[in-house]
Amino acid sequence: MSINDLQDELIEDFSFFEDWMAKYEYIIQLGKELPLIDEIYKSPQYLIKGCQSQVWLHADYADNKVIFTADSDAIITKGLVSLMVKVLSNHTPEEIANADLYFIDQIGLKEHLSPTRANGLLSMVKQMKMYAVALQSDNK
Amino acid sequence: MEHYDIYSIRSDFPILKSVVNGKPLVYLDNGASTQKPQVVIDAINHYYNSQNSNVHRGVHYLSQIATDAYEITRRKLKSFINAKEEYEIILTKGTTDSINLVASSFGNAFLNEGDEVLISAMEHHSNIVPWQILCESRKATLKVVPINDAGELDMDAYGKLLNERVKIVSITYVSNTLGTINPVKEIIRLAHAQNIPVLLDAAQAIQHIPIDVQALDVDFLAFSGHKMYGPTGVGVLYGKEKWLNAMPPYQGGGDMIKDVSFEKTIYNDLPFKFEAGTPNIEAGIALAFAIDYINSIGLDKIGQYEHELLDYATDELSDINGLRIIGTAKEKSSVVSFIIEKLHPYDVGVILDKLGIAVRTGHHCTQPLMARYNIPGTVRASIGLYNTKEEIDALVKGVKKAITMLS
Repeated sequence: MSINDLQDELIEDFSFFEDWMAKYEYIIQLGKELPLIDEIYKSPQYLIKGCQSQVWLHADYADNKVIFTADSDAIITKGLVSLMVKVLSNHTPEEIANADLYFIDQIGLKEHLSPTRANGLLSMVKQMKMYAVALQSDNK
Repeated sequence: MEHYDIYSIRSDFPILKSVVNGKPLVYLDNGASTQKPQVVIDAINHYYNSQNSNVHRGVHYLSQIATDAYEITRRKLKSFINAKEEYEIILTKGTTDSINLVASSFGNAFLNEGDEVLISAMEHHSNIVPWQILCESRKATLKVVPINDAGELDMDAYGKLLNERVKIVSITYVSNTLGTINPVKEIIRLAHAQNIPVLLDAAQAIQHIPIDVQALDVDFLAFSGHKMYGPTGVGVLYGKEKWLNAMPPYQGGGDMIKDVSFEKTIYNDLPFKFEAGTPNIEAGIALAFAIDYINSIGLDKIGQYEHELLDYATDELSDINGLRIIGTAKEKSSVVSFIIEKLHPYDVGVILDKLGIAVRTGHHCTQPLMARYNIPGTVRASIGLYNTKEEIDALVKGVKKAITMLS
């Protein structure tokens, strides 16, 4: 599935939630379920420091695909991180670098990507794209 | 207590009628910034409609009335904190600006290699970093008075840290994170016994506790307009005349000069020596209305009302399983900070926001203090003069909801 297919699928999933609580309960569930990252990568080297919550991000590259794993110390941030990973992981550097992440806005979670939230999520998305851009230029 | 007409008070603040995420706004982030009464909002409007002009400059009518209105604020501030002279009131951008002014101007005049600046473990970054910058440039040392687990200053340690190398003590009156009210009278007395001047960061005190700078005998007092129901962008530095006269200007520019030539500039007298450039005029003017507003209720009454709410919030929150209050000093004002076992403060803050409840989460610009307690941050509810018992109930209910959702 393409990045946009994955985004559209999530938009549809989220359209079934009737209120904010159901939506957040789902995000919290995602946050709880996913063992997102190998413990050895939960080190300062992989840390994206937010003012409030923190995110760890690790990228693997094989067969022209980038595999992201990530984690956060806050559960809601972790749930949102897992959405990002779902959408962007397992794609080529070109696809990731060029991705237009419209789903966050459409599922009504845009506020979490605001710089004032300082939850590390915005920096994480930037970091994911930077990995992809760096790999792209390595490939050339 | 005397009658406190909370409903009439609330109706003075238009923003309190807001609906957030479908819920009535519960604003408990007053430590970060307070809401403004209609009289303050009107004053800002009135300024642009009928007074707008630069201050301290023109001979024309508008400049005169703008200057007069701006100077009324200085007069009201003088009596609000009982300063001896009007010119001891320096209008700044806010508390941070005021502290930076003293750190830079006083520091560069009086601090030498090997000297010390004394702060405490509960300071806001605004009362840490300016001194660090100063100490670095003057090769001086920043010393820190420790606190106990309740969040009270260790006064024995404080006494021992005072010595002839200490050139200034800069300590908060009320902790923004813990709510601790420090024994400022004693802090000042002990410092003065060794001829050391004291700066009090009153950002979290000025709106809750009546302050008399002459009775305290404090050398410098810094606070912000926006935390006392006034506009953002204006604050105050009170300084004793003897210090302000001995200190060099902080910034150069218009308004702070008497005479400029390329060879030499003669600086203006107090307070203008420290007020370079066009100030935030509308904020300065409107601050007088915030002072009048506070006075119309009475700061004693406000403090008493808020304290009852604080006690209520502390009791109700303490009953929640797994909740731990950070900052349990005997003397507290208006702030209740807490953490919940296994939950991240950020997550709790997100859920509370969804319920229309505004609190602050995170380290509250006091990272060294968070390190002292070994926690990433807290959830902080900070009370203002318009909060109600019902709002505390909403907070408690919201916290319980957050626990259910997040556990």
